[in-house]
Amino acid sequence: MAAHATYSYDVLIIGAGGAGLRAAIEAANAGVSVGLICKSLLGKAHTVMAEGGMAAAMAHNDDRDSWKVHFADTMRGGQYVNNWRLAEIHAREAPDRVRELEAWGAVFDRTPDGRINQRNFGGHRYPRLAHVGDRTGLELIRTLQDHTTYLGVTVHMEHTVIELILDGGRAAGVLAYDRERGRFHLFSAKAIVLATGGVGRAYQITSNSWEGTGDGHALAYRAGAELIDMEFIQFHPTGMVWPPSVKGILVTEGVRGEGGVLRNSEGKRFMFDDIPDNYKPQTASDPEEGWRYTQGDKTARRPPELLTRDHVARCINREVKAGRGSPHGGVFLDIAWIKEKISDAEGHIKRKLPSMYHQFKELADLDITREPMEVGPTTHYIMGGIRVNADTQESTIPGLFAAGECAAGINGANRLGGNSLSDLIVFGKRAGEYAAQHAKKGVVPKVDDGAVDRAIKASLAPFDRGGRGENPYKVQHDLQDTMQALVGIVRTESEMQEAIKRIAGFRERASRVGVDGHREFNAGWHTCVDLRNLIDVAEAIARSAIERKESRGGHFREDFPDKKDEFATFNFGTKRQADGSMTVYRIPLAPIPPELKQVIEEQKQ
Amino acid sequence: MSQATFSVWRSEPGGAGAFKDYTIEISDGMVVLDAVHKIQAEQAPDLACRWNCKAGKCGSCSAEINGKPRLMCMSRLNSIDLTQPVKVEPMRTFPLIKDLVTDVSWNFRVKKGLKKFKPRAADAADGTWRMQQRDIDRVQEFRKCIECFLCQDVCHVLRDHGKHEEFIGPRFFVYSAALEMHPLDTDDRVPDLKQKDNIGYCNITKCCTKVCPEHIHITDNAIIPLKERVVDRFYDPVTRLLRMIGG
Repeated sequence: MAAHATYSYDVLIIGAGGAGLRAAIEAANAGVSVGLICKSLLGKAHTVMAEGGMAAAMAHNDDRDSWKVHFADTMRGGQYVNNWRLAEIHAREAPDRVRELEAWGAVFDRTPDGRINQRNFGGHRYPRLAHVGDRTGLELIRTLQDHTTYLGVTVHMEHTVIELILDGGRAAGVLAYDRERGRFHLFSAKAIVLATGGVGRAYQITSNSWEGTGDGHALAYRAGAELIDMEFIQFHPTGMVWPPSVKGILVTEGVRGEGGVLRNSEGKRFMFDDIPDNYKPQTASDPEEGWRYTQGDKTARRPPELLTRDHVARCINREVKAGRGSPHGGVFLDIAWIKEKISDAEGHIKRKLPSMYHQFKELADLDITREPMEVGPTTHYIMGGIRVNADTQESTIPGLFAAGECAAGINGANRLGGNSLSDLIVFGKRAGEYAAQHAKKGVVPKVDDGAVDRAIKASLAPFDRGGRGENPYKVQHDLQDTMQALVGIVRTESEMQEAIKRIAGFRERASRVGVDGHREFNAGWHTCVDLRNLIDVAEAIARSAIERKESRGGHFREDFPDKKDEFATFNFGTKRQADGSMTVYRIPLAPIPPELKQVIEEQKQ
Repeated sequence: MSQATFSVWRSEPGGAGAFKDYTIEISDGMVVLDAVHKIQAEQAPDLACRWNCKAGKCGSCSAEINGKPRLMCMSRLNSIDLTQPVKVEPMRTFPLIKDLVTDVSWNFRVKKGLKKFKPRAADAADGTWRMQQRDIDRVQEFRKCIECFLCQDVCHVLRDHGKHEEFIGPRFFVYSAALEMHPLDTDDRVPDLKQKDNIGYCNITKCCTKVCPEHIHITDNAIIPLKERVVDRFYDPVTRLLRMIGG
């Protein structure tokens, strides 16, 4: 069986969130032909959910800020297992990428002197997040989408990639199906950029949409690319916990940036009880100082609610486990209290946090200007992903590039809020630029018909089994259960070994899934196809997490609760072996140049 | 646990279709999209619907619930009469693909035909601009749009009269207004609004404003000011006279 249609591009981009769109713009501007494939409609990618802002050291609100401070903050947040070069490029280039958005029509909130306004965020020393209320992601994606509209990029919406095809070890093309009719489409390309986002759907409680099934991670892995840092998952401390149907949906860190505080059922601000030593010099000594910080007082230090996400998530987890949680198993996040401090607090909250107000009012029947919210940790982001060259974003497969969440290295063990949107535009641009360069000198690759036929046959197998096969939703649900319970915020060896066993079982069940009906917009079938990706990333997460026998950033081991120096010198890589099994191995960290080391030391004060 | 019945539009290949009833268990805080997902997982795995964020931010799950254009993810069951089956059907202004999924590609084509953002030269030597917050408040209101196309769905010029080839609809009047009122933009869209986009077809019934999940004042803040600009330019006697004299 052959593909219904074939297309050929110089550069093919998979994913139309911030990174994919920014890559498309750069590649199109370089004068090559560009195709863009996305799983949803254009403009619906998960980037729209980003709320707080994008981090860039423009120093508009505090002139002490510079790329060096941003770099040092990012490395500290990542617990020094970041790829230093990625962190350096990111900190240096983010300001230009943000300004460029303004030239393309983005309308950021302003400072009193008319420049782009920047807000405080966890782990960032100075106010650094360019933002638009609490809907910065929507502004980013719409700006890039509208700009792309006029560049001659061909967009294939609602197409899902099921196989990455190589030619002599180089990226050659992909096989995809369209959701509308279920027809297969073959794309050949001289260079391919993966910009597929995250893996949140491997967990039960997640802020991610249905699209976050680790497609890029899994496609690259199955094609033989290296993944790194797969044990590092960010559990965002504040997701909604009630009602059940919205469990996991994000409550922006911006709430805490604007003065919101965390309290347990006893009314205590528990974050003051546990401040890590390396953050003590920068953390407020009492609530009053913390409040002044959120109101822009440059002499004040930040409140402990704005410590890094991994730490805040664990503190919340501890309160809930100790029986000091809220009625629905979270803790209280209170922004309404600021009425003690400012007049017209209600108007202020609605102006600063309009979507949060709206989200709680409509989904939970709760007015955040009057009552505290209930929040708890939610699977939000994966630091791990495809290993890339820091300058070019090329993966370990020639001609295959990756950018955004599916690429790895910049965030180390934990990502700072706000560094994701800036990551998308800094490295989306670089991926597009170098992919275009690669395409210009590249030759037209050959796509092997046999491989295409096999992939088509395999993906149609669920129809042959029909309703008698395993229910794909059930397998997905059981996998999510397992990852949530056994490879979640707090991990131990025995539980993760159990998870590995169960994952093998899910893999076997996934080979028996079946679905009825026809191929047009068949969600059951789509779930069958996505399952394979989820299982691959789940296994990579669990196996890497077993190997890291220490606690660092987003990875917390109950059986090894401390950070260990020996684990600070390498990353864990994950690769598929010839027999199809997964191997996890150590990749030594590149030494940090002395001048950057000095920057880090200076900022430790 | 209580139960509720949902009457969901199911289509056949070729275009025919009918409402089919599904009864499911419901729980606290559920929204219509949860109900559709439950039906999908338990009774009809091939039921087609679009969704992404589940929090009213992406604008994917637009549908008509009991005849009213709404986002399924923001329609709580406790705000709906459950003593009757809840009717869930696709947006009727766009061609049907399957079940609850419609072909909204017309919207993307319309946007392509509109003039793009064209900023003035930078204000500062470093290539940046200065804008005051009060000058962008209105534009930011328009830029809240999540492109759910519910306003297009309910607009009678499109829905009842099918003027898709002559009329761009509320979404793109909001889009045009965001550009026209953008402090940095230098292009002129007023002639297009009159001649090509036919803003005159809109007789300000405000249906679009009523269904907007982002509560954008589409009619009052976008369409009426644009209509005024068209009137000032083309119909104001003093301006016409001045134009005749000035050429």
